[in-house]
Amino acid sequence: MAASGSAPPSPRRVVGVVGVLIVMAVSAFAGEIPRAERRSGYELMSPETRAMQDDDTANPGMLWVLEGEALWNRKIGAAGRACADCHGDARATMKGVAARHPAFDAARGRPITLEQRIGACRVDRQQAPPLAHESRELLALTAYVARQSRGLPIDVTIDARTQPFLDAGRATFHRRQGQLNLACSQCHDDHWGRQLAGNVIPQAHPTGYPIYRLEWQAVGSLERRLRNCLVGIRAEPYEYGAPALVDLELYLMSRAAGMKMDAPAVRP
Amino acid sequence: MAGALINVPERAKRGEIVEIKTLISHPMETGYRRSQTGARVGRDIIRLFVCTYNGTEVFRAELYPAIAANPFIVFSTIATESGTLAFQWSGDNGFSVTESATIAVD
Repeated sequence: MAASGSAPPSPRRVVGVVGVLIVMAVSAFAGEIPRAERRSGYELMSPETRAMQDDDTANPGMLWVLEGEALWNRKIGAAGRACADCHGDARATMKGVAARHPAFDAARGRPITLEQRIGACRVDRQQAPPLAHESRELLALTAYVARQSRGLPIDVTIDARTQPFLDAGRATFHRRQGQLNLACSQCHDDHWGRQLAGNVIPQAHPTGYPIYRLEWQAVGSLERRLRNCLVGIRAEPYEYGAPALVDLELYLMSRAAGMKMDAPAVRP
Repeated sequence: MAGALINVPERAKRGEIVEIKTLISHPMETGYRRSQTGARVGRDIIRLFVCTYNGTEVFRAELYPAIAANPFIVFSTIATESGTLAFQWSGDNGFSVTESATIAVD
């Protein structure tokens, strides 16, 4: 080998190197949960909390959905337009939209979340002031849109445009960080189903966002949940809307591809 | 914004015990918390919930600061006649919401 010096690698060597890289890639993610063993957070919660989620008059997330429906039909902004004026009946037009986000946005050249999509539509098309992250209005609209995907399989598009962002998200998921020096995967791939204090560690499949979290006594986004987790491992949380959070969200959604949406979900 | 979700069976047999579920959007701020600047956050809770059945009071609940946000109140009554169930929540800062639902009794 040394004799070959600076000569370009032969095709056979290139194949060999690629082969080694593939083996490394597979072994690096050997901890990923096999498809057949995937469980949504719903399946891991108590019968009482499940009953709360299943009954639309007991699920507090439906209060946000109700409010979102009212906002959907309200004319706002300089354009004097309501969401319904362009998109019509959300029950038909928004079916499956939440299951496809984060989705690639050509204007920004990167994937954006459903919240960011709604926020952009509000500023660009309705010409209304932007909605703050985690504001009640934004969560209500998101919950209303996400509700229309209930029961549909998660189906984010992974192609040449989104692949780099997916890879970045996967890398974040497997990277140790914070004072506790933990990676997301160490809890959610390696120790799901076990106890963390009083709670069962879920597999981190974002099937039901935005969720009504009993601990919050309110509806919150996946970004809020991810920031919570980061605080839990004593890492500095990424800002709302940070590319790293969106990439992570994209990875989590692709990891949960095919699982059924249950937004607005109730979680402990 | 104050939305409420009511679940009352549409039909019931006379004398049957029916379950009524109510859920209302409310922060139920205890009045014991302080903001990040140290200022006291004023109490803002629902204090009273009343349900009347064709004008007769059938259920009443007093609420206190230890009750979580978005109170979910479930109770039962006996279906006596067809008519209207009226619900009223009232509380701090002039909070008042009324809702109603109809029930048909065979």
